[in-house]
Amino acid sequence: MDLVPAFAFTNLFPNGIGRYAIGGMFIGLGVAVIYLGTGIIAGASTFLESTLSYVSDVPRFQKPKYVASRDWRVLFTLGIVGGAAIYQLAFNGQFWTTDVQWWRLLGGGFLVGVGTRIGKGCTSGHGVCGVGSASFTSISNVVTFMAVAIGVAQLVQALGVSP
Amino acid sequence: MSGESKSRGPLFNVLIVVGGLIFGFGLGFSHMARPEVVLNFLQFEDFGLLFVMGGAAVVTGVTFAVASRSSGRAPLTGKAYTRRLKSFDRNVLIGGGIFGVGWGLSGICPGAAYASLGIGNYPILFAIGGMFAGAYAQGLWRKHSVSDRPVSSEAD
Repeated sequence: MDLVPAFAFTNLFPNGIGRYAIGGMFIGLGVAVIYLGTGIIAGASTFLESTLSYVSDVPRFQKPKYVASRDWRVLFTLGIVGGAAIYQLAFNGQFWTTDVQWWRLLGGGFLVGVGTRIGKGCTSGHGVCGVGSASFTSISNVVTFMAVAIGVAQLVQALGVSP
Repeated sequence: MSGESKSRGPLFNVLIVVGGLIFGFGLGFSHMARPEVVLNFLQFEDFGLLFVMGGAAVVTGVTFAVASRSSGRAPLTGKAYTRRLKSFDRNVLIGGGIFGVGWGLSGICPGAAYASLGIGNYPILFAIGGMFAGAYAQGLWRKHSVSDRPVSSEAD
């Protein structure tokens, strides 16, 4: 990946790299701001379990660490929604909707909910914060989900399902 | 559970929201809030996602490295600065694999799904509903799990 011939570069990055690298830095900056102020390393997927603690007595969700962090995780998530809305209004001026089928969103979402909680994190917790921490655990998780996701996405494409 | 008291003042809450706003803005700007763009990466049509994760990890990596080497403490909580180091076990790989199937099928992960709502993508509610259902199902299914090491208890 490092030594890409120039002629292939535009094929690998048809939309350039600016939006991706700059957007990524903002993602990291959001984490860094919270971290420097509070010492908390905020991931996005614990919100699922911690929020369930408001409405469910299942012991798994009533763990002290979920009950103690559930309030700020709601605020963090509302912030994410708001930040994306600010971007959309400032740069596009109109809302955008996906063409991915509802059953893929629902089924994929279900597996994401299961997998991120069993695996102790998601793309932000393991992929950004864990990799940034040079954590063996996180790098193992990322390598696993990347490889599996690439295989599944290619299979879906091969079966003629699009987008 | 030091520093996890219920009320840590308005400034704490403001900072969390501001951090979330910046995080969400980045997800919007990088187009990760669009499942199609993630699927384009997984299908080898646009490798830009590597720069998103890489750019974010460089920023957090430098921040964590510098702060965790200092003896300072977080001003709003008094917490020590640590890195995100979770214990490794089989679940890390099993969970990663299950997440990978879901991510590859839908192009959606938790943070990006919340951001997707922000860009007006209302069908993403299917994914968010699915994620809650999945998180609930694993909670019902798993027994009292042993808590992770306290040092990592607040990471994602």
